This record gives sequence, C-alpha cells and structure tokens, in this order.
Amino acid sequence: MSLRYVIKRLAEMLPVLLIVVAATFFLAHAVPGGPFDRDRPLPAEVQEKLNAYYGLDQPLYVQLGNYVKNLLHGDLGPSLKYPGWTVNEVIEKRIPVSMALGLVSLVLAVVIGIPVGVLAASRPNSWLDRVPMGFSLLGICIPSFVLGPLLTLFFALYLGWFPPCGWGLPIHYVLPAVTLGLITAAPLARLTRGKVIEAGTQDYVRTARAKGLPLWRVWFLHALRNGLLPVVTYLGPAAANLVSGSFVVESLFDVPGLGRMFVTAIINRDFMLILGTTLVYAIALLVLNLVADLVKAFLDPRIARGQQA
Amino acid sequence: MQATPSGWQRFCRDRAAVVALIFLAIVGTICFLSPWIAPYPYMAQDLALGPVGPCASHWLGTDLLGRDVLSRLLQGGMVSISVGLIATSVALFVGVLYGIIAGELGGAVERLMMRGVDILSTLPLTLIVILCMVVFGQNIWMVFIAVGGVSWLTMARIICTETTSLKSRQFVEASIALGQSKRGILVRHYLPNLAGIIAIYATLTVPGVMMLEAFVSFLGLGLKAPMTSWGMMIKEGADIMEECPWLLISPSVVFALTLLSLNFLGDGLRDAFDPRASRR
Repeated sequence: MSLRYVIKRLAEMLPVLLIVVAATFFLAHAVPGGPFDRDRPLPAEVQEKLNAYYGLDQPLYVQLGNYVKNLLHGDLGPSLKYPGWTVNEVIEKRIPVSMALGLVSLVLAVVIGIPVGVLAASRPNSWLDRVPMGFSLLGICIPSFVLGPLLTLFFALYLGWFPPCGWGLPIHYVLPAVTLGLITAAPLARLTRGKVIEAGTQDYVRTARAKGLPLWRVWFLHALRNGLLPVVTYLGPAAANLVSGSFVVESLFDVPGLGRMFVTAIINRDFMLILGTTLVYAIALLVLNLVADLVKAFLDPRIARGQQA
Repeated sequence: MQATPSGWQRFCRDRAAVVALIFLAIVGTICFLSPWIAPYPYMAQDLALGPVGPCASHWLGTDLLGRDVLSRLLQGGMVSISVGLIATSVALFVGVLYGIIAGELGGAVERLMMRGVDILSTLPLTLIVILCMVVFGQNIWMVFIAVGGVSWLTMARIICTETTSLKSRQFVEASIALGQSKRGILVRHYLPNLAGIIAIYATLTVPGVMMLEAFVSFLGLGLKAPMTSWGMMIKEGADIMEECPWLLISPSVVFALTLLSLNFLGDGLRDAFDPRASRR
C-alpha cells in the first residue's frame, strides 16, 4: 500500500466525478419547472433578465462547460433560490451539522452492531444469537421513517426524556442519531455475525481456544479481525451516507443539514444547489470507499501486497 | 435408497421461509383483487365523517378526509408491490443480459464491462433515482424503470461470475462441439442453470426496491395524490401520529411484515438452492 496507490485512486476519481456532474446536470435540467416559477408568474422580462443573469439562457452544453470551469476553481456557483448566497456558503453552513450527526450515528452503529454480531456468532442458535438477530432483522425491515416517529412517540412524548423537535442543543441530536445508528447497526450486526462464524470455523481460532485464551479475546481479537474485511466494505458507503446527511432522517427531525438541503433544493428547482450537494455526496462516497480500502489493507497485509504486484 | 433432498424439499423444511411465502401470496392476492373486493373506493372521501378509529364499518379506521384506511392500504399495496416486482424485473433483465454478455465474451471485454459496473456502483445512485423520480414523477412507469435501472449492478456481477464458470463446464463444451448455436446454448444451458441464482437475488432485490420507493414517496417526491403507496400512507400517518395513531400503525406493520417475509423467503431460497452459500 503505497502513496502511489492512493494517488492513482485519487486520479481515478476525477472522471467519475465528471460523470456525476454531467448526469446530475442534465437530470436536474430535465426536471419540469424552473427556479423562478412562482404562484404568480413573474413578468416575462424579469424571467428573461434572471435567466440571463445566471446564464440559464445559454445552451445546456455551454452552461455545463461554465460550471465545470468554475468547479475547477472550487466555485460551486450561486444559489438560484437564496439570492446573495453562493452554494459554497450554503454547504459550508450545513455540512458541520450533517457531519456531527453522521459521526455520532456511525460511532453508535459500530459500538452496537459489531459487538452484538460477535456475541451472536460466539453462541450460534442460542438465545444470545436468536434474540439480537431477530431485532436486527426487524431493524432491516423497519424503514427509518417508521422507527423515527416511534422513538419520538415513546421517548419524547410518552416518557418526556427528549424534546420531540427543535435544533441547536446537544440533546436534540439524540433521537435522530439513535434512529440512524440503529438502522445502520442492524445490517452491520448480521454481517459481522456471518463473517465471524465463518472465521470461527478455522484452525487458528480452534488453536486459540485450545490454548486457553479468554473467550472474549478469541472472538474479538482473533475471529473478528479476519471477519472484519466485509464489514469495512459495508461501512465505507454507509459512513458516506451518514456524514453527508440522510435525507429521510433529517427531514423527519427537521435537522438543518445537507440531506434536507438536497430535498429542498429539488423542490425549489435550485439547479446549482442540487449539483453542489450531489457533488459533495459523491466525493464523500469516493473518499470513504478509498478509506475503507486502506483500512482493509491495514487489516490484511496480503491485500496490499496483491495490489502492488 | 434415500436420495439427498432436492432444493425444493430443503426449502419446504425451512418453516420461516414457507410461512413467508404463504403470507406474501395472501397479501399479494388480496391487494391485487382490491379493485373488486375493497370495502370502499380508495379515493372516496367522506368529509363529514373525518378521521375515526377502527370500527365495524371501517375495520382500520379512516384518514383525515374520511377515506377508508383498509381500502387505501390494499390500493397502496398494489402500487408498492407493483413497484417492487416491475422494478426488479427491469433490474433482472438488464443485469442478467449484461452479466451473460460480459461472462460469455470474457477477456478484456469482461474486464471493461465489470469496471463499468464498479464505476457505476460508486455513483450516488440514490440521489440520481430521486432526481429521476422527480423528472418522471407523473409517470408511474418511468418510476419503475428508474428504480430498476439502478438496482441491476449486483445482479450483473453475480451473473457474470456464474456465466464464466458455466462456460468452461463440460456439458457446455460438448454442446458447442456438437454444433449447438449460441442462442441454443443460452436457452438450453445458461438460463436453466442460472435460474436458481436469478430467483434468489430477485427475491432479495424486491425489498430494497420497495424501500427506495417508500423513501422517495416519504420525501413527497414520488407518486402524486390521490394515488397512494405504503410509503405515502406511512408518511401521512407519521405526520399526525399523536391524534390518529391507527393511520401510522396499519401501513407500517403491513410494510414491515412484507419486507420481513421477502427477506425470509430470499434467505430460504438461497439456503435451499445455492449450495455454496449454504455450506458457508
């Protein structure tokens, strides 16, 4: 795993990002309606002026070219719906919220999902396996927009432990983070269980047990380490989803993050903002996939050697 | 002489999978018969009645506009299940075709085609589907195609690997030596041998697709009223869950049970018909 590998992977991202920009660009412009549609239509001259000001009157390929040119300077363009705001400013304002929420949920998912999976794997088909795996299957089948309201109903309205809505205090993070964390932990636990059971059948695990190592060391240090590769593969995109803002949970709890921004931008037909948020999401996805691959190479040095050969 | 149990026998022994299959058959049948058996038309409003809880004349209650929840649940189920089935068929068609072509041609073409799949799977597909659904929102068929169009990547990967291994099997080589045409090999050998794995991954694709449709409907970017789906009903229910919890409970329970059954069914099929996966 060399620096060269990382640079090569980073270079490969550029064409992918270009595809994302082009695809999003044409799709966003194919959306019926425009950013300047109002309940009472603006006078035609005003519309024309606005379109000309933002360059929307030019052919699509010229607009795309201009967008990419500005992008190379790190400029995501002006927001069409919030006059005076640039997309960079909107994203800079929103992204810390999404990232904080995402990181908390990710930690929660890992802290719950992986140990539960390992525990279940250490006693397959016992109640220690069946009960958590039942919950995990339930977690896979209950959409976040059902779990969220249920948690709110119980912990906020019935028990009154957390505020049901609002944003600003750390306590407001609890319910959305728990919702996101549980939804992510459910498949994680199942995946970990399967892989650790698989690793557990191998000789070195039997040897470790025969030597009389404490069982928690056998399962968490020996079996888990080898079962961890697919788990890391799953966590890469999952982390990207979490830190760049989950649309559903952010909309559900009125979190002023990037995910809800994306939905609002679509509803507002704010082309520039749609492109900007998609791009941020794509970059997060690519970078975290790369990080996942690097972590895998660290966990299993054979992978690193294979790639250098 | 006791033969080893066939895949079908193994499947029948898996009680969870059989129950799931029966449940799905019942729900599917009732939903698709809903235009004839629903107690009320799904869009019939009774504004004077308003929202009432479950009672004798409305088994699952009524919503804010006095529409019968049971009738809407059946109608919504028809839409959600159709989205699941049709989008999966689209994904299946594209994925199987792509996978077989890549696997059959092999070599540099296969590497190129699979690299394409790798690149596509790094794209933020959820965002692109949401955009597609907004672009084609009025047209339910385009919604199916958009959702299916992004769900074929896993299928293509699996089918490509399978085809590569089938290609070098002796019965296929014998068939080629006997002068069987490409089409004949495809129909006589490839498709029957791939059928099991296609069925398994199709079953496991359906819940993902239904979830995606529900997400988009939840965000208010999918179908347009008075058309409904389980995702939209859950959204409506979540908005007023304190006053009318029955509007949230019935669609959520049916939706979760359906996804649960699909997962059980898929796992059961995989254990029964995919010997490599079950030996793990």
